[in-house]
Amino acid sequence: MNAVFALMRKDLRLFFSNRRSLVVSIVAPILIAAFFGGLSAAEDSTPSKVAVGVVDEDRTPLSRQVVVALKADPNLEVTEGPDANAAASAADSISRASIKLPRGFGAQIGLALFGNSAKPQIELRWDPSQPMILPLIRGALTASVMRAVFDGGGAAMSAARGQAAVDNTLADQRKRDLAAMFDAIAKVQGSRPAAPAASAGNAGVDQGQPGMPFTTRETQMSTGAAMHYSGYGHAFAGMGVQFILFMGVDMAIGLLLMRRLGLWTRLRAAPLSRRALLGSRIASTAVIALIIFGIIYTTAISVFGVRVEGSVVGFAVVLMAFALLTASFGLLIAALGRTPEATRGLATVATLLLVMLGGAWVPSFVFPSWLQTVSLAAPTRWAIDGLDAMTWRGQPLEAAVLPVAVMLGFTALFSVVAVWRFRWEE
Amino acid sequence: MDNKVLDASGLRKSYGARMAVDGVSFGVAAGEIVGLLGPNGAGKSTTIGMISGLTPPDAGSVSVSGATLAAHEFLFKRRIGLVPQELALFEELPAAANIELFGALYDVPRRGLKARAMEVLDMVGLADRARDKPATFSGGMKRRLNIACALVHDPDVLLLDEPTAGVDPQSRNAIFDNLEVLKRAGKALVYTTHYMEEAERLADRIVILDHGRVVATGTPAELYRMLPTAQSLHVEVDGLVDEAGVLAALQAIDGVRRATIDGHRIEIALDDLARTTASVTQLLTARGIVMRHINSGRAKLEDVFLSVTGRQLRD
Repeated sequence: MNAVFALMRKDLRLFFSNRRSLVVSIVAPILIAAFFGGLSAAEDSTPSKVAVGVVDEDRTPLSRQVVVALKADPNLEVTEGPDANAAASAADSISRASIKLPRGFGAQIGLALFGNSAKPQIELRWDPSQPMILPLIRGALTASVMRAVFDGGGAAMSAARGQAAVDNTLADQRKRDLAAMFDAIAKVQGSRPAAPAASAGNAGVDQGQPGMPFTTRETQMSTGAAMHYSGYGHAFAGMGVQFILFMGVDMAIGLLLMRRLGLWTRLRAAPLSRRALLGSRIASTAVIALIIFGIIYTTAISVFGVRVEGSVVGFAVVLMAFALLTASFGLLIAALGRTPEATRGLATVATLLLVMLGGAWVPSFVFPSWLQTVSLAAPTRWAIDGLDAMTWRGQPLEAAVLPVAVMLGFTALFSVVAVWRFRWEE
Repeated sequence: MDNKVLDASGLRKSYGARMAVDGVSFGVAAGEIVGLLGPNGAGKSTTIGMISGLTPPDAGSVSVSGATLAAHEFLFKRRIGLVPQELALFEELPAAANIELFGALYDVPRRGLKARAMEVLDMVGLADRARDKPATFSGGMKRRLNIACALVHDPDVLLLDEPTAGVDPQSRNAIFDNLEVLKRAGKALVYTTHYMEEAERLADRIVILDHGRVVATGTPAELYRMLPTAQSLHVEVDGLVDEAGVLAALQAIDGVRRATIDGHRIEIALDDLARTTASVTQLLTARGIVMRHINSGRAKLEDVFLSVTGRQLRD
């Protein structure tokens, strides 16, 4: 038994004497558990607001009141665009939905409320990756429109009264009844205090629900009405990013092993500049990353129906930027790492954190709002967002610019630190 | 030495307060093998590092065929072939691919690189294993491939850092044969080793380092003469010896440096066995001493090494 205890003591001693491995064994589960626990705990905390882009093409008092009511909704973060193009652009880059109030909205809605006139059609575009926001947007829109109509200081009522009086489709008795009703409503409105801003809550809006003074034309933001969101698009982006980063870690460990085996010294003895030595490493890692990405997306496209609905050039540029990012990430690990064994553990934890924060496992839009903000500091978030934008979101080349710029910024930062900290001599 | 291919002069290197190399100078001519010896921590690896351009010296200079590291770094490095102590091989690349890689790193033209790779593989006896991966090689084969990688660009100087560590006698002899061929081809070779018999067999001149300094240098014969006992005669005799009288008579013989008697055993240090042995035996016979056994010996490089570096353990 002494021998067994001696062997056990040896194992325990070796394990606990390796501080880095110890930290990884303890810190990794704590961090991952904290991440997922934080996501579920977020249900009890303040939910993040839904970003909505609004275009008011009508510019009437009533439409302005709708916009004001939408901005007052506590569940929405409303950004108003000056025209359709600007709002569409804002909606594409930052918003989860967009609402367009058409010309004639204010004039049509009063009659539509009580008469037989055609209802104005509000264009509602929404992010298909977040189906849970659609009823929320519908409810907020309905509440805002109805509040503007009934609590809007009488402008809508007055306009509707005037329209009803000259509407040839209405019988005279019907016109008189409506005029009396409008007068009664105006009298009631004038005698009660202003109501507080209402929450959209779960008030559902049905596109064809009778009694609503408007209709909505709902389309997915990414792909247009005829195309549908595929979860595979996001999943392949996330897993591609994760495992290519792991490849970058492997390349870093390979460099540390080269040091240990004397190969690095041997290469340094050759007539090569430091730029050539490190540059070749970055280039080869980036090429490997691109090849892996190519195989992953070929499979995704041919087997799982993933499509590059947006800019193909943008998609390629995002892939290249992430490949360079992976290469610089690997170089940074190699520069900061000491032994291959300890570095592998720490780098794996760092990679897992990056991919979690980037939304590779759980889409970032389900993060609590603070975590969504924090995750913007993770380059993986930009990689995944960029790939999402170019694939199933169907965004144009311009939407790739910011993710690519951020990734190249991280690439430069990682490279500078790596070169600064790189140990040339053993 | 006027035809020095490698010229190291006044090399110094310190790491913090520790002086690793302190004013080391030596040269190597074309077609010469210089053995660089020293105990652990003597400064051999740092010296090799500075000569190969891996470690920048704090002071001093190195030139190869006139090119200095400071002025012509790449030209300087191209003229050196480094055989590191570690097996610097890509185990998962075939042997020929390893050599071609190093050839490309040293600017060997692509046209002819494959042929050159096969040429050096043939030289080290691995031509038939060109497509095999080093992972499948024996230790000796890997050592030979390690040398081949350093030869592919036809360097003027070959630095060999313990190239026979852990190989069997057959591979060791094969490596020695390779080095002899290179020497005859006019290459300048620097050879570090802990095996004294290797240095004795190969080296034309020997540089012994200790505590970062050159403590002895010269041909093996010159180094042996540094010892009090270059050659020796050991005589076992029957019966007791008139110790004082015999010792006095022995030390009076021309060529005898020293003599000691320990019971039935007489130890005599000589300058030249061939010239003095007869005089010694005649004297002992004349004094009626019956010689039961005579044995002669020569000083070894290890004796010189231990003499100049001491017997204290180095860690």
